[in-house]
Amino acid sequence: MTSPVPDASGHFGRFGGRFMPEALIAPLDEITQAWQEAQDDPAFTAELDRMLREYANVPSPLYEAHRFSEAAGARILLKREDLNHTGAHKIRNVIGQALLAKRIGKPRCIAETGAGQHGVASATACAYLDLECTVYMGEVDTERQALNVARMRMLGAEVVPVTTGSRTLKDAINEALRDWVASVDTTHYLFGTAAGPHPFPAMVRELTRGIGDEARAQCLELTGRLPDAAVACVGGGSNAIGLFTGFVADADVRLVGVEAGGDGVETGRHAATITGGSVGVLHGARSYLLQDEDGQTLESHSISAGLDYPGVGPEHAYLAQTGRAEYRPATDAQAMAAFELLCKTEGIIPAIESAHALAGALTLAEELGPDATILVNLSGRGDKDVHTAAQYFGLIEEPVVLDEGTEE
Amino acid sequence: MSGSPITALFDRTRAENRAALVGYLPAGFPSKELSIAAIETMVEAGVDLVEVGLPYSDPVMDGPTIQAAADRALEAGTRIADVIEIAGRSAATGAPTVIMTYWNPVERYGVDRFAAELAAAGGAGLITPDMIPDEAEEWMAASTAHGLDRVFLVAPSSSDERLAMTADAASGFIYATAVMGVTGQREQTSSLAPELVARLRKVTDKPVGVGLGVSNGAQAHEVAAFADAVIVGSALVRCLLDAPDPDSGLDALRRLVTDLRAGVER
Ligand SMILES: Cc1ncc(COP(=O)(O)O)c(C=O)c1O
Repeated sequence: MTSPVPDASGHFGRFGGRFMPEALIAPLDEITQAWQEAQDDPAFTAELDRMLREYANVPSPLYEAHRFSEAAGARILLKREDLNHTGAHKIRNVIGQALLAKRIGKPRCIAETGAGQHGVASATACAYLDLECTVYMGEVDTERQALNVARMRMLGAEVVPVTTGSRTLKDAINEALRDWVASVDTTHYLFGTAAGPHPFPAMVRELTRGIGDEARAQCLELTGRLPDAAVACVGGGSNAIGLFTGFVADADVRLVGVEAGGDGVETGRHAATITGGSVGVLHGARSYLLQDEDGQTLESHSISAGLDYPGVGPEHAYLAQTGRAEYRPATDAQAMAAFELLCKTEGIIPAIESAHALAGALTLAEELGPDATILVNLSGRGDKDVHTAAQYFGLIEEPVVLDEGTEE
Repeated sequence: MSGSPITALFDRTRAENRAALVGYLPAGFPSKELSIAAIETMVEAGVDLVEVGLPYSDPVMDGPTIQAAADRALEAGTRIADVIEIAGRSAATGAPTVIMTYWNPVERYGVDRFAAELAAAGGAGLITPDMIPDEAEEWMAASTAHGLDRVFLVAPSSSDERLAMTADAASGFIYATAVMGVTGQREQTSSLAPELVARLRKVTDKPVGVGLGVSNGAQAHEVAAFADAVIVGSALVRCLLDAPDPDSGLDALRRLVTDLRAGVER
């Protein structure tokens, strides 16, 4: 099934497009064309399928979470992206883009990362496919995610701490773009989410849509019908668009994106871009973003580093505007309560990002009642978040200095 | 647009057989009053056309020098209304003045409102580093309605087709980025720039300005041999960033502009 959006110039209604320096238009055109050709090339798609299957452990299982369902008061099915290699859905996107980079003949990839998950996935795919890899990461994030910095370096990637601006994910993207404009001849920008300039939102969707396509078939097989709702967390939007795309044509399936509500949208300290932001242009596309009256980007806040981004992919803006999908916030506290519930009822430690989707499912279960079946994308596992969660729940004494290998 | 102050400037510099000198400084850096004083100093010392930078939180086309200045301008509380006012003060010196801005602040302020206020203040147009003509429908309409020039960028990577399309959409002049990279000083002038300008000349007779990396009179002289305007930014900002006090910053600025202005004579 082909989606009617985006149009040839990368617009999802009034969203998307290319708000980029002219210098980057030629490389974006090159990627657009190469991606189009690769998709039509059976050798490429067979190779990608094989890699996902043999290496990334895809398709991921669909799992009926009985005890969590009981606590939630509705039937909850989990799409287990946490079981993929590197522990999240991100591997689907990076293997596809890294394979494309090889096809175009670029020996080097650059990537941005917030929590480090996309950076780790990129470093992994580059090691696997013999590509050079440089990862830009805000200095604040290199400090809060020191373990992932070590992981990327172990995998042979160079990690560059970014010291400009707010020193977080958005600044890492800026710095990666600055690298790219000076290195396009040899370098592919392995963009980490379904945002950015055309063709990234559409390409990342096609690379992650296996999540929803697989889950749809698995759900039919398991339950004999489609779910009442499909729920995913929304940072930049890659795991959510990957889930939603398989169900967009099924009008009876509610699509629910859960944004990071931080301390609560009303406090201003959040990352709920669609719920609490406004329309504008950031990082190459028109979409929703957090901005002040003058269009300056505001800093986002979330306990989840992977959702801590003031922008969102343009297709989500479009799905929100057309009403096909709905977007709601879950606060840090709601996400952490759902995190704890999944740990204790199922023996699964979710990524804090994914815990936002679980929190959304709990609210939805209350609204829909016990007959409802709710499909939740468990986008990643929580190993990377053990430190944050342990601190949150007061399970360890302060401070634990991970990056120096000493604990007190 | 024959009536534009920018077109008049290029008629004059062509008659004088020299390139125009274009100087960039961010509005509100290091403070509102000092940024106005710096612009006035630049114009007195020989800058022909002023680019007033609108400081933005996410300047992806800019290197560390301009980003540092923009951050300081934002910390000092610079707002869009201040930037337009500063552009007006710049235009009052007699030098045609454009605002160089990333797109989101314009979109947020309201494209037509921004254009109307800039025109009322005496501004001549906008340079838009992350807005390509493909996305510019609203800006084309607003700039036409308010008599503003729209300066788009081209790059060494631009195809001939895109050069022609961009040149067609642009007015005032076309901004040719000399290198594949961000703003900042460079040791040598770019070998890509002469070829880019030559490709542009085949598709347009609109004036072409060359920027990115020019930092002294000798480099300006090289560029003036094949371009209609020499655009200087980071090197000017550096004068103010490095200065121990405002007066020595303005002195350094005056010396550099004097050197650059001598360079653009052919
Ligand atoms: C496990 C997991 N889920 C979700 C996200 C959010 O990204 P996206 O909205 O692109 O899926 C991240 C980002 O790091 C992540 O690591």
